[in-house]
Amino acid sequence: MNKAAIVAYGNTKFSTDDIPIESLLLNSTKSLFEHTPNLTQKDIDTVLVSTNDNAKYLSAILSEIAGIQPKTAHTVESLCNSGTNSIVSAYSYIASGLSNVVLVVGAERKNSPGQVLEWDNSRGEYKHPIFWGTIFTKSHKREFGTTEEDLARVSAKNHKFAKDNPNAYSNKVFSIDELMNSKILTDDLRVSDCSRPCSGASAVLITSEQVSKRFTDRPVWIKGIGQKTLSAGFTKNQSFSSMKSTREAAKIAFEMSKLNPSDIDIAEVHDAFTVCELMAIEDLGLASKGEGRKFVKTLYETENRKINPRGGLIGAGHPLGATGIAQVIETTQQLQGTAEKRQIENAKVGLVHNMSAAATSSTVLLLQS
Amino acid sequence: MSIFETELKKGNFVIPECPACKELVWPPSDYCSLCFGELKWKKSDRIGKILEYSRKEDTFFCLAEFEKKIRIIGTLETNLKHPDIGKKVKLDSCSIDGPNYNFTLVLI
Repeated sequence: MNKAAIVAYGNTKFSTDDIPIESLLLNSTKSLFEHTPNLTQKDIDTVLVSTNDNAKYLSAILSEIAGIQPKTAHTVESLCNSGTNSIVSAYSYIASGLSNVVLVVGAERKNSPGQVLEWDNSRGEYKHPIFWGTIFTKSHKREFGTTEEDLARVSAKNHKFAKDNPNAYSNKVFSIDELMNSKILTDDLRVSDCSRPCSGASAVLITSEQVSKRFTDRPVWIKGIGQKTLSAGFTKNQSFSSMKSTREAAKIAFEMSKLNPSDIDIAEVHDAFTVCELMAIEDLGLASKGEGRKFVKTLYETENRKINPRGGLIGAGHPLGATGIAQVIETTQQLQGTAEKRQIENAKVGLVHNMSAAATSSTVLLLQS
Repeated sequence: MSIFETELKKGNFVIPECPACKELVWPPSDYCSLCFGELKWKKSDRIGKILEYSRKEDTFFCLAEFEKKIRIIGTLETNLKHPDIGKKVKLDSCSIDGPNYNFTLVLI
């Protein structure tokens, strides 16, 4: 099996602007080319597009407007998990030898149809994500004594970190008190507990080991991949205070990489809601069950950026198809030592956690410099 | 429209069961998810229990479980401020409204 390296990346700013999906895809691709001097269109043999947008044939459209004629081009869709799923597809193309240079571009518009899974009728009329986010939050509060202040601290931390991310939609720092007084959505969820759908795009270039040297002297290797899909329906979750698919995906990824949770220097986790960051920290094995809130409190008070240094989905925004790729880019920058104000000292091993539809499926990637 | 939806539209809550596997199938589907066999449909006694709930403005929404397998989220009609987890509920009414199923639950 060939090794796969992340060698280049490009981003757009995440915003609430109304931007055509094709422009988003092209802008992040342009950014990637501008930051990768040795790359030409002829080098790319596969183009993957990650999105939930209803537009069709986007990988061919992107290829055409970016002057690429790849052997393989297609779209990957898996709701919020689309970006990391497309990275896994790119890895597979490289590992199998089918491709040597894969361009992966994720993009979403702010009004993405991927925000609500209409199929899941077991949710009755309560299909909007705030309802599963509320049930997770209430259940975590009930089981572990999680408080509104614990949740607000996640949001405060991620907004604070996002201030140093030039591509984040949020550039405002909030106090915990301010967030605890933000608009109430349900008895257990405030607007500050929620990530915001955005327009945005992110692109990475993934290559075989042999080709990687042409583009960078600091490749970041994909060492572990774990994925698990348990169902498509929120109500099928057995627990509502933990994410089984995340636990299973993490186990697979750690086994593949021969790494452990204690090896992780930086983790990008899927904080669709504040409680999801606590659950992810616990289910990935970075803290014991119920101890996520104490873990985050320490990070917040010491300005330790180990979890979600780019501001998470809550601070950076959540353009669904781009999110997983933006998480991979942040981790790559941290491992290359190019994360500027967000840089975690001496980071060697990074984890990316992404999930879809109330954690009915999860992906965990382990990256190493 | 599936048998489940045809009945739901009439206000009936029917449960799909695989006669071969002796398993309830949820969410409702065309075939058994274990053996792909034909399903039989039985009327539910509509009695379930609260797994979790919260409130949006004055409306309680509740995740409830029926027959130890079938879970739905519906509107819980109650005067209590804090219904207990595990408390018995009855599916009072069900219907289809546009793209959504509607379930209304009452405490018993």
